[in-house]
Amino acid sequence: MAELTRELAAEPAVWRSHGRTRRSTRTLRVRTSAVIVTAVVLAVLVVPPLAHLDQQAVDLSMKLRPPSPAHPFGTDDVGRDLLLRCVYGLRVSLLVGLVAALVATFIGTAVGAAAAAFGGWTDRVVMRIVDTFSSIPHLLLGIFIVAMFRPGVWPVIVSVALTHWLSTARIVRSEVLSLRSRPYIDAAVSGGASRWRVAVRHLLPGVLPQAGLAAVLMVPHAMWHESALSFLGLGLPTHQASLGNLVQSARSSLLAGDWWPTLFPGLLLIIPTLAIAGLAGSWRERINPRRRSELML
Amino acid sequence: MTYPDRKLPWGPMARMAGRRTLFAAPVLLVVTFGVFAVAAASPFDPVKAYAGTAGLTASQENLDQLRANLGVDQPLVERWWHWLTSAVTGDLGDSSVMRQPVADVITERLGWSVLLAVTAFLVAILLGTSLGVLAARRQGGWLDRAVSSAAYTLEAAPAFWLGLLAMWFFALRLGVLPAGGLTDTDSDVVTFGQVATHLVLPAAVLGVSQLPWFFLYVRQGVADALEEDPVRGARARGLNERTVLLGHALRSGMLPTLTLVGSRVPELITGALLVETVFSWPGIAAATVQAATSVDFPLLAALTVLATAAVLAGNLLSDLLYGLADPRVGFDG
Repeated sequence: MAELTRELAAEPAVWRSHGRTRRSTRTLRVRTSAVIVTAVVLAVLVVPPLAHLDQQAVDLSMKLRPPSPAHPFGTDDVGRDLLLRCVYGLRVSLLVGLVAALVATFIGTAVGAAAAAFGGWTDRVVMRIVDTFSSIPHLLLGIFIVAMFRPGVWPVIVSVALTHWLSTARIVRSEVLSLRSRPYIDAAVSGGASRWRVAVRHLLPGVLPQAGLAAVLMVPHAMWHESALSFLGLGLPTHQASLGNLVQSARSSLLAGDWWPTLFPGLLLIIPTLAIAGLAGSWRERINPRRRSELML
Repeated sequence: MTYPDRKLPWGPMARMAGRRTLFAAPVLLVVTFGVFAVAAASPFDPVKAYAGTAGLTASQENLDQLRANLGVDQPLVERWWHWLTSAVTGDLGDSSVMRQPVADVITERLGWSVLLAVTAFLVAILLGTSLGVLAARRQGGWLDRAVSSAAYTLEAAPAFWLGLLAMWFFALRLGVLPAGGLTDTDSDVVTFGQVATHLVLPAAVLGVSQLPWFFLYVRQGVADALEEDPVRGARARGLNERTVLLGHALRSGMLPTLTLVGSRVPELITGALLVETVFSWPGIAAATVQAATSVDFPLLAALTVLATAAVLAGNLLSDLLYGLADPRVGFDG
């Protein structure tokens, strides 16, 4: 992050649009994204321990107040401050997304690297399994796993991780396969390096940027998944309110015509997602400049 | 197109479809087995689920009897085989939450889900194509930037959240559309007009949630096509801008996108799961969520397998269209 911002600062700050090159808007996007991601991480880390505010503080005289200076996001149906609830919800969602993405990346990297390294039958069988898993819609598989193991934090993390490692496995496998045919690997092998050394010292560093990019992009996706599960009542228990739980519990207020308990948790899911995608997009351009025109999705 | 006589290559297409079906069978077998294996590994007890609250007071003997009747005392592989052989004959077991055979649940609800999904997809294709062409015409212009930003935002927005906000705005605030269900609460008869008005919101929300992907691909495809020689040639011949844009750029830019339509089935199912739940649409996706909430294993298993089959069929459709659109690819996959 620090390196990224330093390099960005070195670029001339031109805010005018350049038409088709769109370099300046890209810089602007990366900067905004960096600021937002930093703000989100700070808010989630710092606010809960520093602010001596109780997110569960019920105040029935203040229930369902629209957004105001005192409560920027308004209050919910038992008078709790929604801004605080949302920050806590984002904290839960981000944590679940982060853990799930890390687990999924670990599984995906291990499986993809093993498939590419062993080759032959192992590769074919493993990739068939990956194909089979991919034919089940992710959310449906997640729903199935959570339904069978009762909703809770760990079933949600497991179900998100189990449905998300497939793409990483594919990316890592193809990356290892393309790296393996490079001359420097041949040089290392003929120089007498052991299999393990080649894998750890020469292959792994080449794969890590791609795997890392996949992991970063997976965090918002995992958060999205978690909130969908929670919204369906199949996710986190209500006392660990995530953003999805907040939207779910706001349904009765929404039917009564109060929009703010629904609007803000969703916005807090969208904004970090866009910011992370913006940062990941510039990272992708850096590690793979040829694919610049590719879609940012 | 390289089929000047406009005859479709039915032979190769049929061979590809047949080959893919052969490949799909083992995939479906593995998925059904996986579903049973997950259920066997879970703490979920089908006997207690079947007996419900009566299970709390029932004697151990009765429970054992029930266990034998349900066949859950059998080993995993045997249960799976039994389910599979009866599934082939159309018997998918009984759903505990719907209180009717699983096959009936599926036949009753599948049509409504297909109606919703097809309408939503048409919305996405029509809106996505027109916006994509308009945006590609002046890349970097205000329209392009506005619509592209909106598309990225929509892509990040959860479908259930969009659905809830749309429901609030159109059904509660404006009061112009019904908030959910298939018909008004006071009428039991399903009429065309009722269904049409109740379809608008869910289909629009599902369509809009599929829109960003479609828009971004069409925009990219048309923008790339505008740089290519056929378009330059068309412009050089003095054709008007409209013909160039719609007759040349859109045609070549749209094809790769259309071929990807089939591979969007997973996203469509995911979206339907959420949108049907929000709008209480009596489709198959909403039934899946209900089945999961009440741990209705027979229904959940059947619907998971059905969704997998739909995804495989979508992939096949995608590859067939791709082979048609680009004859260099052919039908060998």
